[in-house]
Amino acid sequence: MKNQAMVGVALGAMVVLGMAGVCRLQVRIDEEQRAIHLEREELTLRSGSTVKRLSLEYAPLMGAIYWTRAVQYFGEKHRLHDLNLELLWPLLDITTTLDPNLIAAYRFGSTFLSDAPPRGAGRPDLAAQLLQRGIQANPDAWRLYQDLGNVYYFDAKDYLKASAAFEEGSKNPKAYIWMKVMAAKIAAEGESLETSVFLWKQVYDTTTDNMIKDNAASHLKMLTAELECLEIDRLADEFEKQTGRRARRISELVQAGLLKRTPVDPEGYPYVLGEGGKAELNLKSPLLEQQLMNKK
Amino acid sequence: MKVETGEVFGFLGPNGAGKSTTIKLLMRLIFPSAGTARILGKSIDEVSVHREIGYLPEQPYFYDYLTAAEVLDYFARFHGLKANDRQERVARMLKKVGLETARKIQLRKYSKGMLQRVGLAQAILHDPQVVVLDEPMSGLDPLGRRELRDIILELKRDGKTVMFSTHILSDAEMLCDRVGVIVGGKLRGVGTPGEMVGIQTQGMEILFEAGAEGKTPPLAARATKTGERYRVKLPEEELYAALDELKLAGARILSVSQIKPTLEDFFMNLVEADRAQANAVEVSGK
Amino acid sequence: MKNVWVVAANTFREAVRDRVLYNLVFFALLMMGAAILVGQISIDIEQTVIVSLGLTAISVIGLFIAVFIGVGLVSKEMEKRTLYALLAKPVERWQFLLGKFAGLVMTLTVNTAAMAAGLYAALWSVKHPLVSSDAYILVAVYLILLKLALIVALAMLFSCFTTPFLAILFTAGIYVAGVYGGELRTMQAVNLTPATMKMFRAISYALPNFENFNVMGAVAHGRGVPGALVGHATLYAALYCAVVLAAAAMVFSRKNLK
Repeated sequence: MKNQAMVGVALGAMVVLGMAGVCRLQVRIDEEQRAIHLEREELTLRSGSTVKRLSLEYAPLMGAIYWTRAVQYFGEKHRLHDLNLELLWPLLDITTTLDPNLIAAYRFGSTFLSDAPPRGAGRPDLAAQLLQRGIQANPDAWRLYQDLGNVYYFDAKDYLKASAAFEEGSKNPKAYIWMKVMAAKIAAEGESLETSVFLWKQVYDTTTDNMIKDNAASHLKMLTAELECLEIDRLADEFEKQTGRRARRISELVQAGLLKRTPVDPEGYPYVLGEGGKAELNLKSPLLEQQLMNKK
Repeated sequence: MKVETGEVFGFLGPNGAGKSTTIKLLMRLIFPSAGTARILGKSIDEVSVHREIGYLPEQPYFYDYLTAAEVLDYFARFHGLKANDRQERVARMLKKVGLETARKIQLRKYSKGMLQRVGLAQAILHDPQVVVLDEPMSGLDPLGRRELRDIILELKRDGKTVMFSTHILSDAEMLCDRVGVIVGGKLRGVGTPGEMVGIQTQGMEILFEAGAEGKTPPLAARATKTGERYRVKLPEEELYAALDELKLAGARILSVSQIKPTLEDFFMNLVEADRAQANAVEVSGK
Repeated sequence: MKNVWVVAANTFREAVRDRVLYNLVFFALLMMGAAILVGQISIDIEQTVIVSLGLTAISVIGLFIAVFIGVGLVSKEMEKRTLYALLAKPVERWQFLLGKFAGLVMTLTVNTAAMAAGLYAALWSVKHPLVSSDAYILVAVYLILLKLALIVALAMLFSCFTTPFLAILFTAGIYVAGVYGGELRTMQAVNLTPATMKMFRAISYALPNFENFNVMGAVAHGRGVPGALVGHATLYAALYCAVVLAAAAMVFSRKNLK
């Protein structure tokens, strides 16, 4: 019996040590696999209709699988700060061909296909195409009109089409009243900070997807910074009126009692006054980098 | 329970008594919750013990895609026998169990009796000291059983120890030096067959037919009649008087024999006692 | 150890006589059909389609054999009681298990090698000179074989303690879980607590990550596979198999064979 017990212990030890070794190896293998897969983009079948045919009666399941792949793909690229998103459109195209009712795919795609790099692929035309398909398959999904409006407004900068999209979406009895309000506002004014903030806030408040939420938050921070800069400019003009000269530092405005304390941007960095006495982002603020990319 | 070297030991019991279970425990196919066992002085936990054991499982079944020769050769390899040795032994065994002509046929085509013989062959192939057979007679026709009995006796002559389980009592009476009786999972007794049943005779039995003259002897009143035959039991003292009577009546005597209690009776009594006890227990509400 | 070899050789013999290898006929037909069909599509994609199709077929057919026959290795012997006479011989139970494992892996190796040859034949018929980069296909096939060995081990483990039907389900289940296991690690979680995330990570490492053995993407496009990956994958498979077989041995050695 002792022999049996010893063998049992030996086997048990083997299991434990073996699993430990397995986990260590896994880490190495993960790296190596990543290296050979991201060397070049691979998507053997790019045609949605072909994949659909191959899926037999399991198209929705395949759709879900491709959807997962799309999210993985984007997440991975995002994590590595890789700007090349050429597979995003084919993946989403195939996903929505396989399962035209996968609303999440349309919404995700509209944000990240349309948004300019580094946030997205910078293809508002493809985003619009995707959303049109989504609207056709899901006429009751008024949120898709909201997304379409956002795409035209923010990235395509086509305010006529944006207004039309919001207007169309507002016709759905379930849509919120602001859709109609926005349609009118955009038709009248085109782009405005107020509208932009409002639209992004809508996205931020209502989305359940973490990535979309983060994206909206990031946009909102930029817009808040812009608004605050304008406010500071206004106070700087006030200062000029009072003292007859242009303030050189924010601290002067504080001393003059126009500001209670040095204002900071949404990332926590204090604003500075640049050339010509206009408010600018702090050199160290990450928002500055974003702003420069957006200007490109 | 102890089985002595060189004896043929019968392990008896009705179906479900636990004979196979006990044997499987010995072979380490199942594990005991308590207790120990030793074979040839070594604990059954040691794998090396199996070198000297031959085992025929109950209702054996072997790889049906192999032929008899291949199966025996396969098992022989585990005993570390060299190729020539294996060949020779396999041939010898097949001859011994009468499967020589069927050696190249795949086992899937074998009858139950033939499989039983293969089983026996693989059990004794490596010339083990101890041979354990689980219900070896099952599936064999009378000829096969006779051959098996011969083989067991031959093994005994060669000084091997044989233990087999069976519920066929006549086989046990014929072959065994000693028997162990197990009923309801418990060992009820171990001893020679004679010891188990007691040696006293219970009288004599006469089998006779009415004579040609058609006279019915008065003895017939006490007899049971089957067709034309009468069977009567009487105490030993009355035997010669009865024979005289029958001779006078011109009856034809077919046989005169001792009434001995058999293992079967012993058995039946045990089983009855068990059942009675079980009922009693039930009735008493335990 | 010789006992292991005896059991292994017999297992191989059983597979051959059970006509397992006939699946190769189906594979050959498939490859032929693909080669003919592909000749009619555009030139560049021939390589990709044949290699992808061939490797997929090798993987799927191998998977079926590994699961179904793998489960049967132990359960058939228990059911049919062929095991009883065997265990009365001087053989340890773990030797029996290891022998069965080795026998099926040998069968799979032969099977897979034959299929690889078929794949090369089909490839050659479509694009005549085979280039050196085509040798990487062998690497992909080797990795598939590693994966199959691991599946056999898992199938054996499950068949030691459940019915054959359940064992097949469990093995298939672990296969699917293992394929997606890696994704648990890189998953962008939506509403999970850090504790849950950690647990998922732990599970993803514990599961057999079958994606480790998948280099189809690279090889189908004629790209190479780094030697380090092959080495690590081999080690991974060996370790994991050892773990699974050790567990199986532990379960089996205390199993009552009624």
